[in-house]
Amino acid sequence: MGQNTLIACHECDLLHRVRPIEDGAVARCVRCGAVLYRQKHNSLDRTLALTVAGLILFVVANTFPFLAFDMQGQVTQTTLITGVIDLWRQGMVGLAIVVLLTSIVVPGIQLMGLLYTLAPMKLGRVPPHLARVYRFVHALQPWGMMEVFLLGILVSVVKLAGMATIVPGLAIWSFAVLILVLAAAAASLDPRLIWERVEYR
Amino acid sequence: MTGQTAAKASLLSCHSCGLLSRATPGHHVRAACPRCGAPLHSRKTNSVSRTWALIIAAYVFYIPANLLPVMSVTSLGKTQSDTIMSGVFYLVVHGMWPLALLIFFASVVVPMLKLIILTYLLISVQRRSHWRPVDRTRLYRITEAVGRWSMVDIYVVTILVALVKLGNLATIQAGAGAVFFAAVVVITMFAAMTFDPRLIWDVMENEHE
Repeated sequence: MGQNTLIACHECDLLHRVRPIEDGAVARCVRCGAVLYRQKHNSLDRTLALTVAGLILFVVANTFPFLAFDMQGQVTQTTLITGVIDLWRQGMVGLAIVVLLTSIVVPGIQLMGLLYTLAPMKLGRVPPHLARVYRFVHALQPWGMMEVFLLGILVSVVKLAGMATIVPGLAIWSFAVLILVLAAAAASLDPRLIWERVEYR
Repeated sequence: MTGQTAAKASLLSCHSCGLLSRATPGHHVRAACPRCGAPLHSRKTNSVSRTWALIIAAYVFYIPANLLPVMSVTSLGKTQSDTIMSGVFYLVVHGMWPLALLIFFASVVVPMLKLIILTYLLISVQRRSHWRPVDRTRLYRITEAVGRWSMVDIYVVTILVALVKLGNLATIQAGAGAVFFAAVVVITMFAAMTFDPRLIWDVMENEHE
């Protein structure tokens, strides 16, 4: 009984034999129902393409005007990082760091980590420290909260709507598309493909 | 091949890459996954006591998070402070019902529910409960998934601070409540990660013998 053909459920520890499943199908734990693995169609190419698109959108979202606040001709122009800088200036350093990490730094590192992992794999190579880099990207997963940030934007815009005119900038659109692209990248990536390439020590 | 757990078969499942390795007899040695290098352990280390510690810290922070203002608006020399609940009331008074519900749910219901669910799961594991393990595992899965959405209020404060800078006319300051609230969200996320749902099932295992 080879250990490679077995997998343990990460939520209840029950052992299952790994069986090939159809594209798009999901293998679930028979006891607790947790997702064991999914079979993705063309996983590597798709995820790589989405990662490259994501990086371009990420740069646009961080450099172009984000929101402008227009109250009787008095205009405040902001970018994505403006709020972080203002929180920092108000002495809210911890808060500024949490927002900076969850809305900018973590998604950025994840995108670069994925590019570092997937681009060489596409060319048939294994990048140095692949296991360590991908493990880090995987561990960061819960801490990227761009979609929650987008909800925050919607709430703020509605709150301020009665008081002034809010002008959305180019960055906000790329930010919104970036969230979709990131979600699609996460959904199309099959981690098993990466782990299969990692050499045993 | 059903009915046996990795622990029973003396196998360790890597929490990072999922590879199964044989548990070495001297299990006090810190083993690393031979494939990805992550530390190997059959169950998350000290899961119950660590989760308790984080939960208790979150309960403590939850109080100032709700009592202290999350932001204050200074307009023409007058300062008005808002806590999370008074922010929700403000939205209700101004007829923004859907928004009020959204914030109420994300900032009040979700963190409270998360704390209660994790507390319940910990107690149920410690009391070696056999009651509906599938549903308890599902409860855990939901808790882990929704926690992040509580951050929405923190982002709203950040965006309002950035946008409303009109000198004497109106400025917005983040309040101490926001710091505690963000701490609650981050700590409960760590608590959910530290809790090991396999503990729910271990009791069922040992009973069959």
